[in-house]
Amino acid sequence: MTLARQKKPLHEVGARIHSFHGGLRLRHHKKISCGDPVGQPPLPELLSVPLTQHAGDAAAPLVGAGETVLKGQPIGRCQPGAQIHSPVSGVVEAIEDRPMTHPSGKMGPCVVIRPDGREQWTGLKPISDWQTASPESLIMQMQDCGLAGLGGAVFPTHRKARDGRDRRIHTLVLNGAECEPWISCDEMLMREQPDKIVLGARILLRALGARRVVIAIEDQMGAVETALSHASECAECQNISVVKVPKIYPEGGERQLIQVLTGLEVPLGGRPSQLGMVCQNVATAAAVADAVVEGKPLIERYITVTGHGIAHPRNFRALVGTSFSHLVELCGGYTKDVARLVVGGPMMGFPVASDASPVVKASNCILALTADDISDGQVEMPCIRCGECARVCPASLLPQQLFLQVRNELWTQAAEWGLAACIECGCCDVVCPSHIPLVEWFRFGKGERRKLATEAEASELARKRFENREARLARLKLERAEKMQRRKQMLKDKASQQDRIQASIERARSKAARQAASTGKGPGDDA
Amino acid sequence: MLISVFVLTVLGLLFGLGLGWVAIRFRVQTDPVIERIDALLPQTQCGQCGYPGCRPYAEAIAKEEADINQCPPGGDTGIRALADLLGREPKPLNPENGEQKVKTVVEIDESRCIGCTLCIQACPVDAIVGAAKLMHTVIRFECTGCDLCLPPCPVDCIDVIELEEAASNWLSPRPGGAQQAAVRR
Repeated sequence: MTLARQKKPLHEVGARIHSFHGGLRLRHHKKISCGDPVGQPPLPELLSVPLTQHAGDAAAPLVGAGETVLKGQPIGRCQPGAQIHSPVSGVVEAIEDRPMTHPSGKMGPCVVIRPDGREQWTGLKPISDWQTASPESLIMQMQDCGLAGLGGAVFPTHRKARDGRDRRIHTLVLNGAECEPWISCDEMLMREQPDKIVLGARILLRALGARRVVIAIEDQMGAVETALSHASECAECQNISVVKVPKIYPEGGERQLIQVLTGLEVPLGGRPSQLGMVCQNVATAAAVADAVVEGKPLIERYITVTGHGIAHPRNFRALVGTSFSHLVELCGGYTKDVARLVVGGPMMGFPVASDASPVVKASNCILALTADDISDGQVEMPCIRCGECARVCPASLLPQQLFLQVRNELWTQAAEWGLAACIECGCCDVVCPSHIPLVEWFRFGKGERRKLATEAEASELARKRFENREARLARLKLERAEKMQRRKQMLKDKASQQDRIQASIERARSKAARQAASTGKGPGDDA
Repeated sequence: MLISVFVLTVLGLLFGLGLGWVAIRFRVQTDPVIERIDALLPQTQCGQCGYPGCRPYAEAIAKEEADINQCPPGGDTGIRALADLLGREPKPLNPENGEQKVKTVVEIDESRCIGCTLCIQACPVDAIVGAAKLMHTVIRFECTGCDLCLPPCPVDCIDVIELEEAASNWLSPRPGGAQQAAVRR
């Protein structure tokens, strides 16, 4: 880590554009959703806020059915994750299992709120003097406001910030390179609120103790560059620079972006902070500004509603908990040939069964695909070992090899060949001439390995507890045996004591008898 | 010439003695094969194999007193792993020992528990806490699902429950749909 730092001094982050292995140039389909300004949808009739917003256990609800909540009031507590807040003021109708916009398609606990339309905020606690406030208090504020990475992974922001602070990072990278096709929510945010992003960047800089901010955008975002450069022209923004990176999928991935900016690879299983950097999405920076300066928790996000299956694609600033159908309606509904609804982009998104699913902190895009867009019906053929997948893999893996290992459940070998390094970007899927769903296999493999690891942990625990119990039972048995032995000994001792007593009594008796005899004789003799 | 022969002989004797001493001093007490077999067993401690726990079964396998197909919780995967380790042919699970089931845990209906402590004594992994005449409860995290606590319970207040899969521990399914899944298990 220190070596890397010495080799690459500060000013080099983003000074030269490097490249990463593989990747794809995809048609980006972004213009169709960028025409209209970002819409503010009217309040939906009912909001359903899932209590699971990121990986880990579901949050514990802080409210009950029938309770009145205010906008911004905490409704779910999740340690060590991000808090969940009510997006509106209204009444909690129920806490029940509903669709929750998760790859599993499972239902899960959601807080269902009926808005009262008054939009009454709870008491907000902004930190107005953030320039002088302690970094720790800024990080605490991020935690209290439920901030999480809005790029899609929803990693709690406060944890990333604390990790970066602990590792004394030097550069904050703001990720505006949204490389998946169709998604344009970050681009619209950067166009419309560049000031807020820059403000958020300065706050994050203070919280992290970093020295520089690099805002990475795609080289085709002309309007964005102007807006951001303009916003970062202030006197305090000397250390903020905007860097354009070539548009190659999956550049928006944290690891790939850092490789492009520095030429360094984040080690497997490591974090960018090991290289002295922390990467945050631009939307997260804007949310940080809201949280610190205005005290507003994370209750809404920019979301793109797009695809050939949507009548008028556009972006929205939607409240968390708004159902997809509400947003799609505002876009003029579906077109006739809509076939599938995907959350996220076409490469890494997942299909949802119904548009009753709610917007969550992770949802950056609702993509309605038509039958032409999706590749169903393409028959999967055997792998012909063409090696195309290895050529495009941004993690420099050999997907064909991994595929065989995962399919045959050779877990140790798959691990050795770097299954864990797969970022599930989907490049190999796209280029595979045999239409093998490689990423699906890798997801399955990763899950299976995780399951095996938890099983091994559980059996290790059971083994220890069994051994401890056996040892305890053996000890108890031994103790009992010893006790018996001692008691027996004592009884035996008692018996011998009795014998001794008996013997002495006998001796005494015989002595008395002898005496009696001699005295009896004596007096008799005397007489 | 003689000197070198002498020196080498002495050295050889010294090293031999050293090695012999080390072999006695640092002798591994248990048979490592038992450890390795034990590591492959699921540690459910259910006794369905006919031995009072996984380790005794491992010892029996090592002594070739027991076959490798007597562990229902380990299932086919476990049998295959054992066969690999011991260089034997895998064989189907012996139906006399039971059949492989999904992992369950037990739960005590606390309103019916009379606090007899019989289940506590039966639990091979000490996953039940309680005291005489006080309600007992199962530490779900530590329950192996061996069901050994069920028979001793005089009031039948222990229920077997399947763990439901929450979204947080959801795992991506095997691609290829139900057909392949059916082939697999």
